[in-house]
Amino acid sequence: MKFTLSWLKDHLDTDASMDDILYALTDLGLEVEDVVNPMDTLKDFTVGYVKHAEKHPDADKLRVCKVDTDEGELQIICGAPNAREGIHVVVAKPGVYVPGIDTTIGVGKIRGIESYGMMASEREMELSDEHDGIIELAGEPVVGSKFIDYLAANAPDKIDPMIEIAITPNRPDALGVRGIARDLAARGLGVLKPEPTAEIKGGFKSDINVTIDADVQAKGCPVFTGRLIKGVKNGPSPAWLQARLKAIGLRPISTLVDITNLFTYEYNRPLHVFDADTVKGDLRVHFAAGGEKLMALDDNEYTFDAGMMAISDDNGVESIAGIMGGLPSGCTDDTVNVFLESAYWDPITIAMSGRKLKINSDARYRFERGVDPAFTPVGLDLAAAMIIELCGGEASDMVVAGEVPDTIRSYKLDTDRVKSLVGMDIAADEQRATLEALGFELKGDDAFVPSWRPDVLGEADLVEEIARVASMTKLQGVPLPPATVGVPQPILTPMQRRETMARRTIAALGYNECVTYSFIDKPSAELFGGGSDAVMVGNPISADMSHMRPSLLPGLLQAAARNQARGIMDMALFEVGPVFHGGEPEEQEVLATGLLIGHTGPRDAHGARRAVDAYDAKADAEAVLSAIGAPEKLMVLRGAREWWHPGRSGKLSLGPKNVLCAFGEVHPKVLAAMDVKGPAVAFAVHVANPPFPKAKSATRPALKISDLQSVERDFAFVVDSEVEVLAMINAAKGADKALITDAYVFDVFSGEKAEAQMGEGKKSVAISVRLQPTDVTLTDKDIEAVSAKVIEKVSKATGGTLRG
Amino acid sequence: MDGLDALKSKYLEGIMGAADESTLEDLRVAAVGKKGEISLKMRELGKMTPEERQVAGPALNALKNEVNSAIAAKKDALADAALNERLQSEWIDVSLSGRPRRQGTIHPISQVTDEVVAIFASLGFGVAEGPQIENDHYNFDALNIAPEHPARQEHDTFYMHRADDDDRPPHVLRTHTSPVQIRHMEKHGAPCRIICPGRVYRADYDQTHTPMFHQYEGLCIDKDISMANLKWTLEEFCRAFFEVDDVELRFRASHFPFTEPSAEVDIRCSWDKGQLKIGEGDDWMEILGSGMVHPKVLQAGGIDPNEWQGFAFGMGIDRIAMLKYGIPDLRAFFDSDLRWLRHYGFASLDMPNLHGGISR
Repeated sequence: MKFTLSWLKDHLDTDASMDDILYALTDLGLEVEDVVNPMDTLKDFTVGYVKHAEKHPDADKLRVCKVDTDEGELQIICGAPNAREGIHVVVAKPGVYVPGIDTTIGVGKIRGIESYGMMASEREMELSDEHDGIIELAGEPVVGSKFIDYLAANAPDKIDPMIEIAITPNRPDALGVRGIARDLAARGLGVLKPEPTAEIKGGFKSDINVTIDADVQAKGCPVFTGRLIKGVKNGPSPAWLQARLKAIGLRPISTLVDITNLFTYEYNRPLHVFDADTVKGDLRVHFAAGGEKLMALDDNEYTFDAGMMAISDDNGVESIAGIMGGLPSGCTDDTVNVFLESAYWDPITIAMSGRKLKINSDARYRFERGVDPAFTPVGLDLAAAMIIELCGGEASDMVVAGEVPDTIRSYKLDTDRVKSLVGMDIAADEQRATLEALGFELKGDDAFVPSWRPDVLGEADLVEEIARVASMTKLQGVPLPPATVGVPQPILTPMQRRETMARRTIAALGYNECVTYSFIDKPSAELFGGGSDAVMVGNPISADMSHMRPSLLPGLLQAAARNQARGIMDMALFEVGPVFHGGEPEEQEVLATGLLIGHTGPRDAHGARRAVDAYDAKADAEAVLSAIGAPEKLMVLRGAREWWHPGRSGKLSLGPKNVLCAFGEVHPKVLAAMDVKGPAVAFAVHVANPPFPKAKSATRPALKISDLQSVERDFAFVVDSEVEVLAMINAAKGADKALITDAYVFDVFSGEKAEAQMGEGKKSVAISVRLQPTDVTLTDKDIEAVSAKVIEKVSKATGGTLRG
Repeated sequence: MDGLDALKSKYLEGIMGAADESTLEDLRVAAVGKKGEISLKMRELGKMTPEERQVAGPALNALKNEVNSAIAAKKDALADAALNERLQSEWIDVSLSGRPRRQGTIHPISQVTDEVVAIFASLGFGVAEGPQIENDHYNFDALNIAPEHPARQEHDTFYMHRADDDDRPPHVLRTHTSPVQIRHMEKHGAPCRIICPGRVYRADYDQTHTPMFHQYEGLCIDKDISMANLKWTLEEFCRAFFEVDDVELRFRASHFPFTEPSAEVDIRCSWDKGQLKIGEGDDWMEILGSGMVHPKVLQAGGIDPNEWQGFAFGMGIDRIAMLKYGIPDLRAFFDSDLRWLRHYGFASLDMPNLHGGISR
C-alpha cells in the first residue's frame, strides 16, 4: 500500500515529523517497506545560474559553462543540448550524491578540461523520466538557495514523500489512506479529520436499473448501489489528481477512471464506471453459468467458470464483478453518460474467482480482504460528487439493489485481560479511549466493532488493538516460571536421541553431513523404487524437484556427482533425514545413509590409501547400528533392492522381516544414470527399526572373566568358493558352546592362484577358534578333542576339508 | 694378603677402559670367573689361619663385590651407549604427514538445531516432531487459516498430487512447523512446553529463498502465561544462542492467523563491514514472529481457551545459523559442496551443551 505524506495529511491533522510517522506506522503493525523522500535525496542540490557557456574545444556536444553557485563561480562541463547562458539550473557540486545515476559527483577532467560538478535533469534527481535536457528553473530563483526550497514553493507535489507499507491480511481498513490516518490518530500522532460528506441531489430516476439474483444476494453480493450521471465531460484529470496517482505508481487515464482509483486508495473503496451509453437495458448481478467470455479492461479476454460473479446487461456479460470491468462498457474520453457502481462483494467468492482467472487487480486485492460494507453507499456519493465537480453533469437518484449487510457485533471489554494476556499495564480509561479512537463504540463494557474491521472477531482482538496502539515496544519481559523444581527431566524421546547418536556416530566415522532437498526428479526417484504419483508434488518449482524422495541415496549421489565435477574424487557423505514411502503423513521414515566413493584418503607416502569397498560400508553400518542400540547378533541376508549390486550387497536384519540396514556397492547402472564415477559403496540404516528397550535400566550384566588361560587354535579349510564364511563360523562355534567363546576368519585365499592349488571352484578359509576354560586348565587332549569336533562340524556344514 | 690393592686398581681400570661387552666379559672371567684371580685367592682362604682369614675374607669379598658392581655399571653404560648409537641412526622425517584419516563433519543445521534444543531444554521445553506431508487441516484450518483467506495464498504452498478418484483436498508439504503444535496439543493437552524443529517447504526460489528450509516452533501453554513471559523467553534464548551478555528485543505489532495478539520481533544489532554484532548498535533486525496462541487454535488442539493460554513463536533455523556463524548464502546449505561442508561443519563430538558453552 502506497501513499504520500500530503495525502495522509488530508485526513490527519498532525505536526508529527516524518520520522515519528514512519516509526509509528511500523510499530502499529503497518510495516514501512519503502520511503521515497525527495527532501532527503535532494537536500544537497542547489540553484545555479549559467553566466557563460561556450563549446568545448575538443568536443562538439559538450559545453564549458561558468555557473554562479553558493560557492562562487564554478566551471562545469555539460552535455545537455539546452545548456546555455542565462538559465537557472540545478547544480550538484562535488560530493553530492545523485540518486538517478547512483553516483557521487567528483571533480573530474572531461576531454582535458576540469569540471566542478554537474547540472541535473529531472531523471537524474528521480523527479520524473524527463531526460531531454537539464532542468531550467522558471522565475528568478535565488542563486545558491536549496533546490528543495524552490520545489516546495513551486511544485510541492514533487517533494511529497511517498511511503509504502506492508499490509497484513487482517487489516483491509489500512488499504485506504483514511484507515492509516485513523491508526496514527489513535496512537496520538494527530487528529483524524472529520469524514467528508456529500449531498447529492438526485434529479431523476436512473435509466439503468440493477437486480441481484437471489442466490447471489444470499452470498456473493448483498448490496449494489449506483448512480447514473448524465452530461459529464471526461478527459485528462486535474494535475493534483494525476500527481497523486503518479506518486504511488499508477498511470493517470482519464478523470472518471482516475477518480475510481483515487477512492480505491483513499478509502479502500473500489468503484467501477460504466459508459452508460454502451449498457443495453438493466444490469443484473448473477453467477456465471460458465463459458461466458469478456474482453476486460486489461485487454485480455477471460472465460468465466460457473459460480463466478458477473454483471450483465442485454448485450451479455459486461464486468467480472468485483475484479475488473469489461472493455466494451468501459469509459473513454468520449463518455458523456456514466453509470457509477459501488457494491459489496463477498471476499471468498472474489478470492476464488480472482485466483482462477489469475487477475491481480486493486479491486480484487481489496474485496478479498474485505472492504467496509457500510461505506458502500457513502463512497458512491463521495465519488459522484467528485465526478460532478470535475466533469460536470447531473446525478440520478441512487439505485440500490439488496441492502447493506448487518455486521453489528460486540465483545466484552475486560480491561484486566490486557495485563493477563499481554502483560502490559494500561489504565482502563486509556484502553477505552484507544478503542473509541479506532472507531469502536462502547456501551458499558460492550465494545461494538466498526464496520471496517472484519478481522475483529473476539475479546482477544480487543486486547490486540489496545496493546498495538499502546505500543508493544513497552512490553517488559517477565521470567517464565520454571517447569519443574530441581534437576530437569530429560526431554528427548528415545527416537530423538537415537537420531542424534546415528548422526554423530557417522560423522565420527569420517563422513561429512549433507542436507539435501526432500524432493527430487522423477527419473532419479524411479531408480530407487519411488517416483509414483502418490509422492508427486502437484506444483513443483522445477522438474528437478518433482517427487518426494524414496531414499537418501539419490540426493547424496547427485551431491557426489557435483563434487566430482569440481574435481573432488574421494568422499564420504551422509545424511540423516526423512524419506517418503507414500503420500500420506504417516508414510514418512527416518533413514541414516552413508556414501563412500573413491579411496579411503588422499595419496600418501605410507601406502595406506586403498579403494573403498563394500566391507567399509558394512563396518560403518555395524558401527551405527551398535551406536543406536541394535542387538549384536543380526542376520546377514542377500537380496537387497534393485539399486544395489546384486552380488556385492546385503542386508542386516532381525529375523527375515525386520531389516535394519542395507549395505554394499551401488548398482553400476544407477551410478551411470546419475553421472557418478564409481564404484560407490553405501549403507542405509532404518533408524527406527531396531527395537527400543522396554524398560530402561542403567545396570550392566555382571562381567564374567576367567583367570584360566584361553587357547587359540587355527584351522584352514578348503571349501567351494560360493560357501559363505558365516556358515563356517557358526559351525565352528557350535562345536562346543561352553568352551568356544569366539571364532573368526583371519584369511581367505581365493581366485586363480587358489584354484591352481586347490582345484577349480575352491578357496581356502582360515579361521581361528578361541577356547576359554572355566574350571580347569585345558590339557592337550582336551584341545585335540575340541579341534576334532570343530573340523567335523565345519566339514559337515560346508562340505569343506581341512587344508593339508 | 698383599697385592689386593694392585688387583683392585688393575681390574677397575680395566673395566673402566673396556670398550665393549666382550672385553668386559674377559675381564670378568679373569677376575671373578671360576679360575679368576680373585676367585683363586678366595680359594686360598681355607688354607689360612682363622686370624688371617678374618682379615683377608672380608677384604676379598669387598673386592669381589666392587669388581662385580663395576662390571654391572659398565655393562649398563655400554648398553646405553649402544642403544644411543642405534637410536641416533633411526631417523624419520617427522615433517612427513601421518597416515591420512577422514574428518567427518556435522551440518550447521543439525548443529544449530542441537544448540536450540539444549537451550530450550534448560527452560523445560521438550521436542515434538510431525510429518512433513501434512493434510490441510493441520497445516491451515486448525491454525485458523480459512481456505479462501489471503493468508493461505501467501504461503506459497506446495500441494501434493491428488488422484482423480480421491476427493479429499490435496495434502500439502507443511509450510511451517506449526501443525506439530496442533498434533501435540491433541495428544498431550495442557500444560505443555515444546519446540518443534524441522523441514518446511515453500514454493519460492531466489537468492534468499529455497523451496525447503528449516524452522522451529515454540509453544508454551499454561494457566497464566503472558506475552511478557514470551519476551523474556526469547531474550533468554537470544542471549544464550548468540552468546552475548545482553540482548535487546523489540516487539512490533503484526498479524498471524494463529496468534492474537501477534508480534514480529526485532533484535538490536550492528553491521560493521558485513560483520553482524548482536546486542549493540543502532540497527534492528527482524528475527522471528510470535504471539499469544489464538483461542481458535487452542480449541482446534482440544484445549479450552477459557482455562488455558500461552505463547507460540517460530524462527528460521537456517537463518539464525547464518547470522551466528556468518554463513552468507542460504542456497549453499543444500548444495553439499564438500569445501563448504568442511568449512562450515562441526566436529562430531562438539555436542552443544549449556555447562560447557553452547558453541566452541
